[in-house]
Order: sequence, then C-alpha cells, then structure tokens
Amino acid sequence: MSIRVAKTGNEAFAEAMRQINPDVVAAYPITPATEIVQIFSQFVADGIVKTEYIAVESEHSAMSACIGASAAGARTMTGTSSQGLALMWEMLYIAAGLRLPIIMSVVNRALSSPINIHCDHSDGMGARDSGWIQIFSENVQEAYDNIIQAVRIAEHPDVRLPVMATTDGFILSHCLEVAEFLDDDVVQKFVGDAPHRPNILDFENPITLGALDLQDYYFEHRRQVAEAMSKSIKAIDEIASEYEKLTGRRYDFFETYKLDDAEYAIILIGSTTGTAKDVVDELRSKGKKVGLMKIRVFRPFNYLKVRKALENVKVLGVMDRADGLNSFCGPLYSEICTSLYEANNRPLLMNFIYGLGGREVKEEDIENTFEHLFRAGKEGKTVNTVYIGVRE
Amino acid sequence: MPSIKDLAKREAKFVSGHRLCPGCGAGVVARHVMLAIDKPVVVGCATGCLEVSSTIFPYTSWATPFIHSAFENVAATISGAETAYRTLKKQGKIDKDVVFVAFGGDGGTYDIGLQSLSGAAERGHKMLYVCYNNQAYMNTGVQRSSATPRGASTTTSPAGKVIPGKVQFSKDIMSIMVAHYIPYAAQTIPGRWNDLVNKVEKATNADGLSFINVLSPCRLGWPHKPELAMEITRLAVETCLWPLYEVIDGKYKLNYKPKEKKPITEWFKLQGRFAHLLKPGNEHLLESIQQEVDRRWENLLKKCETN
Repeated sequence: MSIRVAKTGNEAFAEAMRQINPDVVAAYPITPATEIVQIFSQFVADGIVKTEYIAVESEHSAMSACIGASAAGARTMTGTSSQGLALMWEMLYIAAGLRLPIIMSVVNRALSSPINIHCDHSDGMGARDSGWIQIFSENVQEAYDNIIQAVRIAEHPDVRLPVMATTDGFILSHCLEVAEFLDDDVVQKFVGDAPHRPNILDFENPITLGALDLQDYYFEHRRQVAEAMSKSIKAIDEIASEYEKLTGRRYDFFETYKLDDAEYAIILIGSTTGTAKDVVDELRSKGKKVGLMKIRVFRPFNYLKVRKALENVKVLGVMDRADGLNSFCGPLYSEICTSLYEANNRPLLMNFIYGLGGREVKEEDIENTFEHLFRAGKEGKTVNTVYIGVRE
Repeated sequence: MPSIKDLAKREAKFVSGHRLCPGCGAGVVARHVMLAIDKPVVVGCATGCLEVSSTIFPYTSWATPFIHSAFENVAATISGAETAYRTLKKQGKIDKDVVFVAFGGDGGTYDIGLQSLSGAAERGHKMLYVCYNNQAYMNTGVQRSSATPRGASTTTSPAGKVIPGKVQFSKDIMSIMVAHYIPYAAQTIPGRWNDLVNKVEKATNADGLSFINVLSPCRLGWPHKPELAMEITRLAVETCLWPLYEVIDGKYKLNYKPKEKKPITEWFKLQGRFAHLLKPGNEHLLESIQQEVDRRWENLLKKCETN
C-alpha cells in the first residue's frame, strides 16, 4: 500500500527518515537543508521515533558524532548542504575509511565565495572522491526512493560505505510535488534490522577502530575501500530490483530519455532533467533526433554501462552544474570522457557549465545547448567549455 | 577508593607494547585512568602521541573497545558513541553499564578541539574527558599551544635573540570548563596516583561530562631526564604552577596546599625549555612569570575559600 501526497523535497527526506526510524541522528542546521532536521526533531520531540537526536554545534561535529554512533553499531543518519558538507570534508573521508554505513541527505547548494544559498552541485562534487556513494535525485519522488534504498546499500555486507542521497536546493527542497509514499511497515520491512557489524560496544570482541596505518598497511586498507566501491555496483542494482518489486519504480545508475536512436544528446544531473525532457520532446516534434541521459548514481560511476548507452550518439553535450576550475572542464565531463575513451564510436563531446548559484535554467537554455551540438555536428568540430546563461 | 594493591590486581585495559617514550607521562596517565574504572569502558582518543603510539596497526595497547577518528573531535565522536549506547540500552540491545572516556592532548583540547569539547559539555553527554596536558604539540614536534606556559621555548615559539620563548601565559581551561556548569572538573598529576585515581572515580560517577586536566611530562619537548618525570609533576604542584583541585557542581575544593611554596625556578631548572630564562639578564621575565603564578594561585585560594 502507498499514498499519493504533495510534499517538498525536505519533507520527503524527513518523512523517509521517520519511516526508517534510525537509532541516532546528529545534525546541524543549514539553508536549504534545515527543514529536514527541523521536521525530524519534532518527530523526536513527539516521541513517534525511537531516535536519539544530537543537536551538535557544527557540521564537523555532526559527522564526528555520526561516526561515533555508527561505530557503536547504531543505524545513523544526518543531513546537510553546501558549507556544511564542506566543513564535514575531513570526516567524510574518515567515515568511508572506517567503513561506516552512515546515511545522509544532502541538499545541493553552491559553495562560497561569494556566499549563495541556491542550487548547484559544487558541494556534492567536492565530496566525489571521499568514498561516499552519491545518488542524485531529479524530483521529490526520487529523493524519497533514493534515501530509503540508501540504507540498504550502505549496510550491504559487500559495501559498508556511507551513502548520500541528494536533492537540488530550493528547486526540489522547497517545491511541492506529488509523490507516492510507502506505508511505514513496508519501509520498515524493506530496510529491516541492520546486519551485524563489528562495533565498539562489543566487549567480548573489543576492537581498535581508527588505528594508525604506516607504509605497510595503509595502502591495503584503501584498496579495500576501492573494492567496496566497485562491489557496490552489484548491490545497488540488486537493491533497486527489490525496490522495483515493491513499488513498480525502476531505478538504474542513469536514466535515458529517447536516447536509443538519438544523434544528439545531453547528459545532466538533477532537477534540470525535467526541463530538458520537455525540450527533447519539442525538438523531436520538429524531427530532430535528440535524447538525453540523466546520471543518478555518480559514485560509483558505472563507466561500462554509460559507454554502452552513449557510443552510438554523434554529438554529446555534457552539462555540469559545477565548475571544475581546472582550466578545461566540469567534473561530469571528465567522467563521460573517461567512459567513452574505449568506445567503438567516440561521439564528439562538448562541455557546458550551467546554473551556478541557482541561475535559472530555461527551456531556451537547453535549446541553445542543443544548437551548439547541431553546429558542432555540422562543422565536425567542438568548442570547449561553453558557459550557458552567464553574462560575459 | 581502591588501594594500590587492589589496582594492581585489576585487569589492565591499557597494556604494554605501546611505543610511547620512556619517561612519557601519557602512558602512566592512560594506565591509571583505565585501572581506576572497574566497569566496561569505551575509549576515544584524539589524534596525538597517545593515539599514534598505542594503535600502530596491526597492534593495539587497548584491551577494551577504542575509537580514534580525527584530531579536533574526540568529544563529538564519543558524544555519538555514548548516544548510540543510550538508545541501544533503551531498546534492550545492550545491558551493561558502560563508561565512556575521551583522551585528548592539550592541542586537541585547549585549541583545535575546544569547540567540540564545549558542545559535548553543553549537551551533557555522560563521559570523562581527560586532557593529558604536556603543554605543547609534542606529536608534531614541540609546537606551542595555548597551554604552553610563558617563557617556554618551543619550535614555533623559540627562544631567540629578541623574543625569549612563548610570550603569552597559558589559557585557563579549567575555568572555561567550569563555566559550562559541568558536574565535575579536576586538575591532577600522574605523580600522585591516589589523587588521580580518586578523581577518575568521582568523574565517572558524575552525571554529565566531567573533565580532568592532567599534567603530563614530555621528555623530548620539555625536555627532562626520563627518570624525573613523576617528580617533575610533583614539583609543579609544590611550586603552585599546577595546583591539585577539583570543582564539584561548581564548588571549588583545594586538594593539597604546599607547606612551603617553592619558587618557579625550582621547576624550570629541571627542564631544557626554560634554560634560557635562567641565564643572567632574564630576571625580569622570571619575575613576571612568578607574579602571574602567584596571582592565579591566590585567585584559586579565594575561590576555594568562598566555598
């Protein structure tokens, strides 16, 4: 059973957290993610969850407390955004290195400076090499579905890595959308009891967690983190299948839209996908063979599957909502390049940076992006990198 | 309080094999603290000498569950573990009475970890926080911290031709912790095992975060003869540089008053970091330090008398 409700992204995250009913939540407020923990702390105050809530004094302590709680065997969740995620940076790596299945909702927001509270993906991209699994959402429904699946992915015995599920700041976090929520007992049954892990409350088997590794062991332990990330691909897939049986909603590493016979396609992440799908429809109605790919799981990045899906496209535009500041391209572009290097037919590739600091992305911006691709196809050459919607 | 014979019979939770220096105070502090707690203990440690020397993978000196995550956050890390324990106990998933202890050096306590410690104290997590205070960043090679006393030469406050070592006096961490209205705060030394053990017992029975500041000699950073480590801590008490006192629910209590207060030079002359101060021409510096030590001692006596 399920119900259809109108909820914001933040409400959906909070509602999913209530249904997951974790042991510990440690969190600190930050726009636009504040509401998540605000709503959740009301659940705690009203006694409708079993969770102990730690109202910490910073995001650094939020993640540190989550590490302590998760190390003690508790199912542990938190939420943050932007500067908060940046302040956690040190601890993100430690959470992953200690193999703690912490679950975090992240509301993507630009990073300072200049200070800005609106959406882009710079914060999430800053955490891309930290060992966290990263799942981005296009809409409120996906946010809800992603955070529930995140619990199972994080705790999967082959994985045991922390997971962040994200929404786009304000665009999803504060906008009402209709979504289908599962019944409490269905969610409880799906997430189940957390599988046993070695923990620091086990006095019969005392462990030393966070030991010093010198030249003789560090590399092996980091290799194990890499192995867990590779293995998570299978686990994510299996858990998605299980979730599909429950809900009828199928989630893959990415979603394609009219891509099969597309000659021109764009790749993007998050809420802009909805607008882009409309533009694809519009261009299709004019006879243009266009399509798109939306990346859902950014870490791990499913290079092989992405390659297979893209290698027959003629010209490809990669849309980054974060700049790499490497004098060449954005972070998604690098991943797509890597995916396609060994493709049988390598498409022409262009990189577009768009929507920084919540700059609105309109249909004409996406049309403009496709125009660049059409021109590149015609001329047989590309220009990089194109900034969409900026005054230059 | 247990006798030293009783303590010796207890199962050690901090065991030999660690790589701390001979004459280091941290190992003695850790061993005494762990012996004083006769219950299951979870230990957290900030990055620092104690942590790196006791947990070199695949070995560990901790015969009890242990966690280290980073430098500035042992109080937050243990906040999480202690909270997990409370909820799991409520849920019936654990039945033991567990004690939580966080160890941090002075750098991890006075400086980089102060915010995390303040947060944990305000929230009232039930833990004992032990600052093993060797008065500088010894693990990274003797850099000054806000616990370094005035005049001490460190690698970032070296005694030079125009600046005679650290210019500032040390921060009063005890007052800062007392200002949090925590149930128990105390200052002690490893050179008086009974004082230390007694205070750990009181601290672990307190309802909330308790704080113990332990002077912990560093033979490389102070430097001193290894065999003098414990004696140096006792001399710090005799010179009133490191008074033994406790603050129980806000009430100050002096645990020991030297019969005759020794001059600070008695303490300085056993340590290389103060050698430059004892040279002719620096009498005014010694005088300024003695005055500040006297002022702080008098302040403390007043606080103890008021109670």
